[in-house]
Amino acid sequence: MTTTPQAVRRASPRTRRTVTPPDPARSLLPDAEPVRLLAENGTPLPARADYPEPPAEVLRELYRRMVLGRRFDTQATALTKQGRLAVYPSSRGQEACQVGAVLAVRDTDWVFPTYRESMALVARGIDPVEVLTLLRGDWHCGYDPTQVHTAPQCTPLATQCVHAAGLAHGEAYQGRDTVALAFIGDGATSEGDFHEGINFAAVFKAPVVFFVQNNKYAISVPLSRQTAAPSLAYKGVGYGVPSEQVDGNDPVAVLAVLTRAVAHARAGKGPFLVEAHTYRMEPHTNADDASRYRDGAEVDAWRDRDPVARLETYLRARGVLDDAAVAEIGEQAEACAADLRTRMNEQPVVDPLSLFDHVYAEPTPQLIEQREQVRAELAAAHAEEGDA
Amino acid sequence: MATTMAKALNTALADALAADDRVVVFGEDVGALGGVFRITDGLQARFGENRCFDTPLAEAGIVGFAVGMAMSGLRPVVEMQFDAFAYPAFEQIASHVAKLRNRTRGALSVPIVIRVPYAGGIGGVEHHCDSSEAYYAHTPGLKVVTPATVDDAYSLLREAIEDPDPVVFMEPKKLYFASAEASLPTRNEPFGRAVVRRPGRDATLVAYGPAVPVALEAAEAAREEGWDLEVVDVRTIVPFDDETITASVRRTGRCVVIQEAPGFAGVGAEIAARVQERCFHALHAPVLRVAGLDIPYPAPMLEHTHLPGVDRVLDAVARLQWDDQPDARWAAA
Repeated sequence: MTTTPQAVRRASPRTRRTVTPPDPARSLLPDAEPVRLLAENGTPLPARADYPEPPAEVLRELYRRMVLGRRFDTQATALTKQGRLAVYPSSRGQEACQVGAVLAVRDTDWVFPTYRESMALVARGIDPVEVLTLLRGDWHCGYDPTQVHTAPQCTPLATQCVHAAGLAHGEAYQGRDTVALAFIGDGATSEGDFHEGINFAAVFKAPVVFFVQNNKYAISVPLSRQTAAPSLAYKGVGYGVPSEQVDGNDPVAVLAVLTRAVAHARAGKGPFLVEAHTYRMEPHTNADDASRYRDGAEVDAWRDRDPVARLETYLRARGVLDDAAVAEIGEQAEACAADLRTRMNEQPVVDPLSLFDHVYAEPTPQLIEQREQVRAELAAAHAEEGDA
Repeated sequence: MATTMAKALNTALADALAADDRVVVFGEDVGALGGVFRITDGLQARFGENRCFDTPLAEAGIVGFAVGMAMSGLRPVVEMQFDAFAYPAFEQIASHVAKLRNRTRGALSVPIVIRVPYAGGIGGVEHHCDSSEAYYAHTPGLKVVTPATVDDAYSLLREAIEDPDPVVFMEPKKLYFASAEASLPTRNEPFGRAVVRRPGRDATLVAYGPAVPVALEAAEAAREEGWDLEVVDVRTIVPFDDETITASVRRTGRCVVIQEAPGFAGVGAEIAARVQERCFHALHAPVLRVAGLDIPYPAPMLEHTHLPGVDRVLDAVARLQWDDQPDARWAAA
């Protein structure tokens, strides 16, 4: 456990003089309560030496990207209703996690997102249309992972955790100080690959930050069906990995904790596990009906902990934001949404023959045969259309 | 010089490590021990713990770790200790290794080699003798390679490590310690080429991996019965060489496909279908399959009933309608 100044003051001199061998597990444990730097109403809590508050200009940028991120998320949900996206898993309510995490890493670091991290990828600077390619359905991954140092959004649960460990080890092996940031949800911590990823990272001391967004539900299944652990952050100690839990709706705390975790990894001290307690305000996807498994009162309670409003209140009180700045950021968000709408309303051009292009570096003779077959089918269909 | 397939594979790994700094070898017990079959013997001592290392005992972890290392620009060669113990890695293989190039329109490739000691005939207890090639061959995006000779083991493994695509490299355990003359290093026919191991006029035996020596032995025995059999070694199941096999069957007019795996929905079924599609008018008899029984791999004392041997191959050859009469086996139905 991280020793807080308060804890030291409470300890009696007698206790402090007692010589006991250090418990190696203790230093790995998270705080008993999630780290929190802002109260739910946006008022600041006592500063913590172990989690220094990020500079004001960084917090302003955090706020700006959260506002843009939320607007992006709303727009994406609207696009599903217009039939422009096959499906969209919203991360509304998780803006502090989505944006705070990617702000904590460098452009040269690697991010390993899941399907719920569309907002995080937009906050990372990836073109929103490329982010939504997967969900629009004109290809799978729409961006070039090697250009944006971001793996394809991972749909098989937890499998990206091992990739992050391998990439981080490979980078270190080649003398680069890259950190890998692996996103994962609460449900996926039950998967074996979460265990294997964090264990491999620990054994090889690979610079990975495992970031669990505990949004309380895996589609419909509540956290109590995933684990009997005191909290998911406690899973670190079993692997020898230090961990922390954080209020995932406190943007300042999320960024502060992630910044420390990333610094820990980059310093060659191995992986770090962070659990953020947050809440998925929307259903699992637009195709889900959340009323079947959670009641409105619970959702309402979380509405009062809104991360965007919380940061705005704090930054206004600090004089970092004013009405004009908030309005200007709101306009930016609207402009981004309008641009996204326009671009997503264009029908993407798909080429059936491209199906054969990237199965192997060079197509096999069998794929060349099949490509010719499809080419002939298309030509025949085209000729028929011409006749009609 | 006489050497074993195990030694040829070991030499191929050593030569690949020496030739390319990006090559790393890892898995369970591959370090100080040199692997349970000693395929990685001496590599850690020669190339250091960064280039050849032991991992936690977790196959999905090993393959997923290799995916990440490949994304960082390395060329991992990983060992699955036994065929059936590779199953925990199947999700990583099917959902990521096989698909990353496709999912990213070629931006990411996964040039990794997954070595799988496979098949039986070694008296192994349960879960140590599966023929799992069909699972991989059925997954687009993977190349699936299996050597049957000592020098091909060297050549195919070197090519697998240099290949830009992921390769599941299936090593027939029962051939590990069979010895043959081989001058290494050597480079044989590239991926996608089958090889005629024994020319013959009367019928074509198509086989791969552990079934190739069985086919050759059967062809030798068939001589006494008056049949001159050709034996084709598939070598690379994916990419598959229709051309060589089709040319052979068009010459001979008869074909038996041999595999050690259970026959139902196996690689042999695919080969038989392809031969029939391409050679129908040249065939004098239906294409027959000789395969393992459709049972879970049996206990050691019963495995010889399961494994397709020379007699079963010769029985199939005898059924190739030499007298132009229908196959008695199906007549009742």
